[in-house]
Amino acid sequence: MDVSQYLGVFLDEAHEHVQTLSDQLMVLENDPENEDSINEIFRAAHSLKGMAGTMGYKRMQKLTHVTEDVFSAVRSGQMKVTGGLVDVLFQALDAIEAYVDNVQNTSDEGTEDNEGILEELNKILQEGTGEVSSAGGAAPAAAAAPAAEAAAAPAAGASDEKALYKAMKLDDSQVSTMKDAIVAGQHVYGVTVYIDENCLLKAARAFLVFKAIEEFGEVAAVEPSSQDIEDEHFDFHFSMFVVTEEPLDKVIEAAKSVSEIVDVVGEEFNEDMLAAPAAEAEEAAPAAEAAAPAAEAAPVEAAAPAEKKAPEKKAAAAKPAGKAVTNRTVRVDIEKLDVLMNLVSELIIAKNSIVSAGANMAQKGSDSDVDAHFNEHIEYLESVTTNLHESVMKVRMVPIENALQKFPRMIRDLEKSLGKQMTLTITGEETELDRTVVDELSDPLMHLLRNSADHGLEMPDERRNAGKPAMGSIFINAFQDGNNVIIEVGDDGKGIDVEAVRNKIIERNYLPEERALQMNDKEVIEVLFDPGFSMAKKVTDLSGRGVGLDVVKSKIEALGGDVEVRSKLGEGSTFVIRLPLTLAIIQALMVVVGGEKFAIALGNIQTIEDIPISDVKLVENKEVIQLRGTVIPIIRLSEILDAPSKNDPNANLVVAVVKKGDSLAGLVVDELIGQMEVVIKSLGKYINTTRIISGATILGNGEVALILDSNALF
Amino acid sequence: MAEEIVDVLNTHESHAELIQYIVITVVNEQYGIDIKYIDNIVRMQSITRVPKVQPFFKGVINLRGEVVPVMSIRKKMGLGEDEITNKSRIIILKYESNASIGIVVDEVKHVVTISSDNIERVSHDSKLDAKSFISGVGKVEEGLISILDLATVIDEEKSISES
Repeated sequence: MDVSQYLGVFLDEAHEHVQTLSDQLMVLENDPENEDSINEIFRAAHSLKGMAGTMGYKRMQKLTHVTEDVFSAVRSGQMKVTGGLVDVLFQALDAIEAYVDNVQNTSDEGTEDNEGILEELNKILQEGTGEVSSAGGAAPAAAAAPAAEAAAAPAAGASDEKALYKAMKLDDSQVSTMKDAIVAGQHVYGVTVYIDENCLLKAARAFLVFKAIEEFGEVAAVEPSSQDIEDEHFDFHFSMFVVTEEPLDKVIEAAKSVSEIVDVVGEEFNEDMLAAPAAEAEEAAPAAEAAAPAAEAAPVEAAAPAEKKAPEKKAAAAKPAGKAVTNRTVRVDIEKLDVLMNLVSELIIAKNSIVSAGANMAQKGSDSDVDAHFNEHIEYLESVTTNLHESVMKVRMVPIENALQKFPRMIRDLEKSLGKQMTLTITGEETELDRTVVDELSDPLMHLLRNSADHGLEMPDERRNAGKPAMGSIFINAFQDGNNVIIEVGDDGKGIDVEAVRNKIIERNYLPEERALQMNDKEVIEVLFDPGFSMAKKVTDLSGRGVGLDVVKSKIEALGGDVEVRSKLGEGSTFVIRLPLTLAIIQALMVVVGGEKFAIALGNIQTIEDIPISDVKLVENKEVIQLRGTVIPIIRLSEILDAPSKNDPNANLVVAVVKKGDSLAGLVVDELIGQMEVVIKSLGKYINTTRIISGATILGNGEVALILDSNALF
Repeated sequence: MAEEIVDVLNTHESHAELIQYIVITVVNEQYGIDIKYIDNIVRMQSITRVPKVQPFFKGVINLRGEVVPVMSIRKKMGLGEDEITNKSRIIILKYESNASIGIVVDEVKHVVTISSDNIERVSHDSKLDAKSFISGVGKVEEGLISILDLATVIDEEKSISES
């Protein structure tokens, strides 16, 4: 069989399952009795085994099979999860991951048999259960065992399992309608219809069933909703309540008359029974869902071996109600999204041109009637493009969880290899960021975590002596702050010894002594991010910081963000990463400085102030203003941008107050133009500019305006 | 690049390769640019100044929706300030994929085809001078044409600052 076309799907799913295994093993390590985890692991191993088998990856299949066997024994209570077992399982997981990586790189699983791990697992299995895994052979007896258990779950017998109408949720009005009908002498039937699984047009078949029934009766309630059925958002069965004067047989007959309908079950409901399903619906739902896959498969594959179905049934039963059916997602190639995003960018540029052309027309004083219409249309176009942009952005957003998934495992490994005790707490993993950013984040975050684990946290003894708990804690907090996403990575370790770093700077002659002595703590810490400095190994040992920090910084800056450190000697350090929420299009305030136009991200701007020149005071030779009780330094953009202001030096200052974290600064501009949606373009590969210029954008008239990164001015 | 080609041809093959060059002038001297690196030639347009960049960068322009940096080849080669006339053009080079750069030239004249046999390689020492930007000199009917070494021209590190 040619399976190459399924390779992409295989890889996607394999990665997911490997991740699940890793996550759940971590849970299991701390809570060896956690049944949910055991089930999850069993399921993931089972799926991996099946996928590997289908793709012909025999080695991977064998390894996953043994893993599955181990968990099947754990599940059935034949053996317990121990620390030793978890260690071996992690090894097995790494081996499985290696297979998957090999497949990804070479389309082949490689030749590593991992005999050692297999042996180890079999040994554990043998000690625990007295059985040897029948890996490679027929499905093990152990796997069959849960089958009975799972089958017992949905409470009732086979006919009841199929009678899904019993689990239908009815609202009050539906119930009362049907009760009225019964009072009026009509019959109410609950009916579930099963469509052949090979049916291509199930919505059409469902429609024909409804049509046939409606010839003599009325469909009072349907599940899934008729809209979902029309859109084919349902499995190969649906349930309904029918109100009619005809007997039940006629209803079933009518439904069965439609081709590709494999089975119809139903029964008559009286008034009392009607009240019951409504009340029980909540409770019954999970059970019914669990029954669904089995029941649905039954008519077609009635002879299928029980052990094959069992884990699936179990799977559905363990998941919370609804989760299995609501997963309506599509995997899309990120390149296709990039194309879409580029087209949206072009559209916005084109829209800006029309806006600017419209403004020109208005200036020339054309027909005012036409004008009003034109503006109306432009406004409409603007709202459409803005919404379109937002939608496309949202499509590209993924939770940063994706970049964090592997860290709990990494910390666990570091814990063992470094001989330190540590826990990792992650909060805000649901915070969303552009996909491209999330993909790039993994490495810098890993650097920072390693740094914290390796150099930040002290050895347990040292910690106890310092009056801290032996268990060190490392944390990642992510949250959104205006147009930025903040990710804090920190620890409660020893913190950065600023004086030691300062001495090192002097000792290594990195900076002139005089300069080094004058630098404040923040500036000294900044030096750790310099590529030239952090490469010095000695400093690393001494300060406990500096491994690859320059790499972290350059990576984050390449993503349009920045890194800051907060550190307190003896109490720990926190690295604060600030990233822009979006990369491509921002709302910006257009300003004029020295006759040139610049854009400033609106998200960073707090207020716009008109400040009389007399209110500007000098503090430590720096210009500041007082704003509602706060002293704010002001930055004259005309000086920073080498664009001499054309304003009267005694005129009031136009100040855009920007914030970064907790600090504020006032940017003095010559003139405000207004708000505009700008598409961020790179300045190209060759031009090296300061960090203040974060990119350029094309205005409606075709001119290029530079985008200022106010975060870089602090 | 051009010099490598010349080198290979001279040593291993008897018949020479024909290469097309666009002839430009900068301060009355003629230079040739290998046509395969030229993406576009546009008229002078408004250039947005970019603060705090190397002095030879004039700024950025909008080239069909893309932002392209533009540099002054005069400043880069230490030949003084640009004199913009209506003959001035911006040549958009695509020397590496996915990265364009514009250079301002005084005039674009025509296209010549020069056989690699007729190109004299110029060797230069490590000292950076106007010669460093030239990979060879081509002989054509109307005279000599200096072939620009684009790798050096676009190299951001190399420029001759005026004293």
